[in-house]
Amino acid sequence: MADVVKKATRESYGEALASLGDKYENLVVLDADLAAATKTGIFKKKFPDRFFDCGIAEANMMGVAAGMATTGKIVFASSFAMFAAGRAFEIVRNSIGYPHINVKIGATHAGISVGEDGATHQCNEDIALMRTIPGMTVINPADDVEAKAAVEAAILHDGPVYLRFGRLAAPVFNNADTYRFELGKGITLREGNDIAIVATGLMVSEALTACNILKEQGISARVINIHTIKPLDTDIIVKAAKETGAIVTVEEHSVIGGLGSAVCDAVCAAYPVPVTKIGVQDTFGMSGPATELLKLYGLCADNIAAQAKKAFELKK
Amino acid sequence: MDAVQKQKLSIAACKIRMNIIEGTYQAKSGHPGGSLSIADTLAYLYFAKMNVDPNNPKWEDRDRLVLSKGHCAPGLYAALALRGYFDESEIKKLRKVGAMLQGHPDMKGTPGVDMSTGSLGQGISAACGMALSGKLSAKDYMVYAILGDGEVEEGQVWEAAMFAAHYQLDNLIAIIDRNGLQIDGKTTEVNSPEPITDKFAAFGWHVITMDAHDFDDIERAFDEASKISGQPVAIVQNSIKGKDVSFMENNVSWHGTAPNAEQYEQAMGELRAILADLEGK
Repeated sequence: MADVVKKATRESYGEALASLGDKYENLVVLDADLAAATKTGIFKKKFPDRFFDCGIAEANMMGVAAGMATTGKIVFASSFAMFAAGRAFEIVRNSIGYPHINVKIGATHAGISVGEDGATHQCNEDIALMRTIPGMTVINPADDVEAKAAVEAAILHDGPVYLRFGRLAAPVFNNADTYRFELGKGITLREGNDIAIVATGLMVSEALTACNILKEQGISARVINIHTIKPLDTDIIVKAAKETGAIVTVEEHSVIGGLGSAVCDAVCAAYPVPVTKIGVQDTFGMSGPATELLKLYGLCADNIAAQAKKAFELKK
Repeated sequence: MDAVQKQKLSIAACKIRMNIIEGTYQAKSGHPGGSLSIADTLAYLYFAKMNVDPNNPKWEDRDRLVLSKGHCAPGLYAALALRGYFDESEIKKLRKVGAMLQGHPDMKGTPGVDMSTGSLGQGISAACGMALSGKLSAKDYMVYAILGDGEVEEGQVWEAAMFAAHYQLDNLIAIIDRNGLQIDGKTTEVNSPEPITDKFAAFGWHVITMDAHDFDDIERAFDEASKISGQPVAIVQNSIKGKDVSFMENNVSWHGTAPNAEQYEQAMGELRAILADLEGK
C-alpha cells in the first residue's frame, strides 16, 4: 500500500471551497483564527473579499453565519470540531438549527487523530451533539474525493449541515472519476454475508484493510461506508442486519451517541441483531502521534478485524 | 418631532402596550415588563424609521430588526400586528399550542420576524451577520438589534461588539434597553454590566444615550445614529420596566409574570385612559 496517496480531509475542504467559489458567487467563508489549520486559508487567498475572520470567538461566528445566511448567502463557518460543535453548541442549536438556517459548519481536527495537542482538542463528541439537533445534516467524509464531493453536496442542500474533517492524512481510496456522493445514502464498498462492518470517516479505509485480513481468515465481511450519519441510510443498515446477522460499527468518535448509536437505533427498530461498537470508549484522549493513538484506542484494521471475527463467531 | 407625528407614535405605542397586556394575560405567562419598556422604541422604528413592507416581509432590501432580548416578543408581536404583518387576533393565541406566536420569536412561523431569538446574547451576532452581508452586497439597508441591559452580561455580546467595530458595521444600530432590572433583581446588584455606555465606547462603538419614553429624544438619537459612518452605533436607552402600567413600573416581579384577571382589568383601564387622552376623546 506504499503507493497509496494520502491527504487530510481538511485539505480537501479548503481546496473544495476555493474551487467552488467561482461557481457559487454567494459562497462566503468564516473562520475563527484557524484558517491556516482548517485550510479555509486556501479560499481566503483566492477570494479575500468573501472571507471573514471572526477571531477567537466561535459563538459569535455561528451567529454571524446565521445572520448572513438569512440574507441569501451560503455561509461556511469553520473551526476545530471541539469549538464548532462543542463550545458553540447552543448557538448552533438555537441560531442555526431551530430556524433551519442555511449554514454549513466545516469542522476540522475531529477525533483523537488531532494527535499531540491532546484531550482538550480531541473532539469525540461532535457527531453525538450535532445529530441531536432536529433538521441538522451530519456528514463525515472518508477521503479526499468524498470530502470534496460532500462540500458541494452541502452547498446544494438547503438547510444546516455539519461537515466533519480530519487533520491526519487519510488514504484516498475513492476514484474521483467515478465517485458520486448522494446525501443520506451509504455505500457498500465490499460485499460479504458473514459480518457487516459499518464505518465512517477516517475509519473507512481501516475497515477495508480489516476486510482483507478477515478474507484471509475465511470470513467474508461486508463493508459499508456511512458518510452521512444523519439522515442515516437505514435501508442499507437493516439490509446488512438481515443478510449478515451481526454488525460492527467503527468511528473515530465516542461510542456514545455517534455512528454506533445511530446504527443501534436503526436495527433495534427494524431488525435487532448484535452490534459491536468500535470507537473511543467513554474516555478522553491524550497526547501522542495520531497513528499511535489510533492503534492505542483500537481504531485500526487489526482491532476491527479481531472484533469482527469475535462478533462473527458469537453469531454461530 | 411635530405634534401630529408625536401623537401618531404615542397612540401606536399605547396600542402596543395594550396588546402586550392582552397577549401575556391570555397566555397566562410571558414577559410584560421588558416588553413595555421597549414599546415606544418599537413604535418609532416600525412607524417612523424602518423601511419595511408588511405585504412583503422577506423583501431583500428591507431594514431588519433582531429582538436579541427575545423574551420581549409580546412587544414585537404587538408592533408587527399593528403594522399589518398579521391579524391582531393572533395576539390572543400567544404561547398556546399550535399558535403562530411562540413564546420567543420564530422567524419560520411569524411574518416580520427577521431572526429567531430567545437565548440571550445570540441575536446581536445574527444582526452583525446581516449587516456584514449588507456591506458585502452593497445594500443600503439598516439592521437594528434590541438587547436587554441584563443580556449584555452574556459574553457573546462582547464577541459581537468586537466584531461589529472591527468590520466597521455602520449599518448596525444596537439598542440597549437599560431598565436596570433583570430576573434576580437590579442589574447593578446581580452582576453589574455597568457602565454599559463606557463598555461599548471602549469596544469602538459610537454611543448615544436616549430617553426611551420621549419621542423627541428618540428621534434625536436615531437621527444622530444615522449620521455615523465607519463604526456601529449603540443607543443606550434609559427606560422604565413596565412603563405605563402603574403597578408594573420599576417592579422586578413583572419581568416574567402575567397579570391575573383583576390586574389585567386595571392595566387595560390605565392604558385605555392614556389612549383616550391621546386621541382627545
